[in-house]
Amino acid sequence: MQKVSVARKRTIGWMGVHRGHRARPLEWLAEKLIFLVSLSAIVVILLIFLFVAREAMPIFLGQMNSALVLPTIPVEEIDKVGPEELRRYLGLTKKQFAEMDRDTLKTLMEVRIEAQVEIPPQFREDKDARINTTEWRYLLKPHQWTGYDRPVYIWQPIGWIKKYNIIPLLIGSVKPTLVGLLFATPLAIGAAIYVSQLAGDRTRELVKPAIELLSGIPSVVIGFFALLVMASVLQSLFRYEVRLNAFVAGIALGIAVIPIVFSISEDALTSVPRSYTQAALALGASRWQTAYQIVLPAALPGVFAAVVLGFGRAIGETMIVLMICSASVVSWNIFESARGITTTIAAEMAEAVTGGHHYRILFMLGALLFAVTFLSNLAGDIIIHRLKAKLEGKK
Amino acid sequence: MTGARVMNGQAVTRHFRAERRDVGSHFFAALTGLSTLFILCILAVILINITWNGWQGLSWRFITTIPKKDFFDISTTGVLPMIVGTTIRVFVMTFFVLPVGVITAIYLTEYAPVRSPVTRIIRGAVNNLAGVPSIVFGLFGLGFFINFIGHHMDTILRSPEPTWSHPSILWASLTLAVMTLPVVIVATEESLRAIPMGLREASLALGATKLETIIKVVLPQALPGIMTGGILAVSRAAGEVAPILFTGVAYYMADLPKRLTDQFMDLGYHVFVLSTQSPNIEQTRPILYATVIVLLALTFALNVTAVLIRARVRKRLRALG
Amino acid sequence: MHDTTLKPLEVGRAASAEPPPSTGKVNFIEVQNLSLWYGEAQALKDISFDIGERVVTAFIGPSGCGKSTLLRCFNRMNDLIDSVRISGTVKIGGHDINAPEVDVIELRKRVGMVFQKSNPFPKSVYDNVAYGPRLLGIRNRSELSAIVEESLRKAALWDEVKDRLHESGLGLSGGQQQRLCIARAIAVEPEILLMDEPASALDPLATSRIEDLILELKRDYTIVIVTHNMQQAARISDYTAFFYLGELIEYGPTRKIFTNPSRKQTEDYVTGRFG
Repeated sequence: MQKVSVARKRTIGWMGVHRGHRARPLEWLAEKLIFLVSLSAIVVILLIFLFVAREAMPIFLGQMNSALVLPTIPVEEIDKVGPEELRRYLGLTKKQFAEMDRDTLKTLMEVRIEAQVEIPPQFREDKDARINTTEWRYLLKPHQWTGYDRPVYIWQPIGWIKKYNIIPLLIGSVKPTLVGLLFATPLAIGAAIYVSQLAGDRTRELVKPAIELLSGIPSVVIGFFALLVMASVLQSLFRYEVRLNAFVAGIALGIAVIPIVFSISEDALTSVPRSYTQAALALGASRWQTAYQIVLPAALPGVFAAVVLGFGRAIGETMIVLMICSASVVSWNIFESARGITTTIAAEMAEAVTGGHHYRILFMLGALLFAVTFLSNLAGDIIIHRLKAKLEGKK
Repeated sequence: MTGARVMNGQAVTRHFRAERRDVGSHFFAALTGLSTLFILCILAVILINITWNGWQGLSWRFITTIPKKDFFDISTTGVLPMIVGTTIRVFVMTFFVLPVGVITAIYLTEYAPVRSPVTRIIRGAVNNLAGVPSIVFGLFGLGFFINFIGHHMDTILRSPEPTWSHPSILWASLTLAVMTLPVVIVATEESLRAIPMGLREASLALGATKLETIIKVVLPQALPGIMTGGILAVSRAAGEVAPILFTGVAYYMADLPKRLTDQFMDLGYHVFVLSTQSPNIEQTRPILYATVIVLLALTFALNVTAVLIRARVRKRLRALG
Repeated sequence: MHDTTLKPLEVGRAASAEPPPSTGKVNFIEVQNLSLWYGEAQALKDISFDIGERVVTAFIGPSGCGKSTLLRCFNRMNDLIDSVRISGTVKIGGHDINAPEVDVIELRKRVGMVFQKSNPFPKSVYDNVAYGPRLLGIRNRSELSAIVEESLRKAALWDEVKDRLHESGLGLSGGQQQRLCIARAIAVEPEILLMDEPASALDPLATSRIEDLILELKRDYTIVIVTHNMQQAARISDYTAFFYLGELIEYGPTRKIFTNPSRKQTEDYVTGRFG
């Protein structure tokens, strides 16, 4: 056997210049690259918060004006108003304004006047034509619009006078979500208890992949199935009038959230240490008593977190509700239609003018949805973390 | 379902009481068992209904045809552009999200200071973004990629007409990549953290640098977990429609997309269009089912691959014991 | 270890000669005023002593006395822990290993380590041993094979694994895995071999094979071993250092420590009255 010296392959010594990026320049470079890639990924992730809020910001700051009838300035008076006032009047950014020459500005002023002229006379005289419907009180409180005999909540972004009350959308989001949770939660938690406490290994190995498969079905497919098959079946079962309503949407949403509620509750239930159940069983408790008195209470926060996370998933679901119910009705009746936040964004964004008030309001709704789901996720996560720490005996 | 095994005579009386309690046990088992069964039934009904009805409309011609403007006509329609569009957007997305996600996860687990509040905030943000609705990512894609990046690119490149600042396959893919990024990061971090510290120490004690340790010891071990998580994330994204609604999908295109700045047709969106815009739902039913089957086949193929990889790895780990 | 309280310890074959044999420098490793903190907690308190070349030095003491921490100072594995702070110096072969110009990667190639829990890579036996040489840039297959064989022979494992070099290292028994780790450590020809309770998880038979191996290896290597087992320290080491609560209580030839300790605490510990 030849004698091989490994030591000769070493660099001369550990002293001196052979260290850091000079000793291993490629590696130094690679690590810098890892850092840069991660940094940009993290920046993009943080940008999500920024950009959704950025597009909605003018609404929050009250800078939008959606009033139909606006004061006009005659073109000849272009020199009488200050540049800042003119810029604001034309709704331009500082940069746009700086790039425009005098003639363009004049044209814009003419366009503005013409737009006002085009408004049909009956709307120009309307008492609602002069109000800015993007103000908070019109967004949240009922208002007696012309032609209505009482104050109402209305979302109606088309027509001459835009009505942006978001209350109907909130109800429209909550209604199917609640139905979905009421449908999915008992089933999913029941199944989680069964699989974690009572089922044998075989059943478990059948159920878990099956549920994973269920969660892999795209929501557009669940929506399609609800639309074509479930809607008719449910209607013949419950005999309600409107075929496509919040109830059908809710059941379909339920199917979509079963996997998440199941897997998180199952996880929580399984993480209850075996010693707890064994101790209870050894004391003569039945399986049912053990599960009901020992395991469930110990895992309860986790099960609760599962419901919270299921809520976040359901309220943010878009395609299912978009396909099943999209008529805006202000009613808590689950057998009527409902138009939720996600549906509204999905259906109307394509028509909204970039940078316009409709666009901004839709972004504001998106930001709201973002905040709600992010917070419910955060809450669910914190609960699960605490529970795990407790069960694993960390403080 | 008798929980307690009775050991001695004294406990026999207890044994009888235990039997009576078992009524509760049986009821409980039945109730939870039925819930499980019900869920399995839902899944079975969906899958059987779709497969049963789907086969009839499915044909080679259907898969390989580019449809005319009126794609509700059963005899001439096809889904080739949708298959191509979905495949391209999934590939472009994967191309961006996998390397970036894995590298970011490596940085977060192996390099970032563990206790620093910044790391913890970032980790929290990443974890919770995984549950933010996909439509919000669609809004982000519109606000960031199209109206911000695209707009500035057009200005800088002086495009004669808007090329970048309108919906395209590139922006849709990037939107999906951003949406999947947290999922990939979390999955990768989990599999990296599952590697015992002892292996890293062994490698470092032999004079390996941190990077050598990661490449030669940590990553090969974590790879199956990363793959599984990655494929699952990709398959989820394949069926997503909400994020691409305003970032790239088109109702109809006469041709296959040629550039990344083209819009595209998409299987999931096509399912949506067929089920909500059809002039006659009964007539379009076979096309609809066939399209759904193609979409499901695509996502399930990815899903099943992931599950198989995981099963094989588990087996191997068990064998190594 | 209750039996040790009753009869005088059998003092090891290695430690029988007095003074212990040392063919190299007496102060190969110099520790001067070394203190170490984990955050606020001080784990090592002002430790100073020298370790000779090509001898076996055992660190003994109750759990949490800092012996493993000190061992990890010699190849700077403590660098991996964020909260660790060190004062004082450790010199190996006259070089301060904590000096800013020292490349810790080079240091670790010269100071090998074997851990308490055997940790072979989930690779083949061959790849496990070849891992270190490959890091040094050895790519030639015949060279690598020669190194692998020689290392496995030195680790007294060759005969057992020569037919399954390309099977997973995790398929070996616990004792074999630990010897594989030793083979892996010596494949890069380090000057010092640090062993952190290498036999604590093994059965007596596997333990005695590891001990024989250590006696074999000390002809070529300077070995520092942390052990809980005092008989083991007595059997294999030339010098013994006794630590208690982060302080070096007593250090000297193993025979003296075990038969005639000069400190009361040492005597109490080696006779099994506490710890």
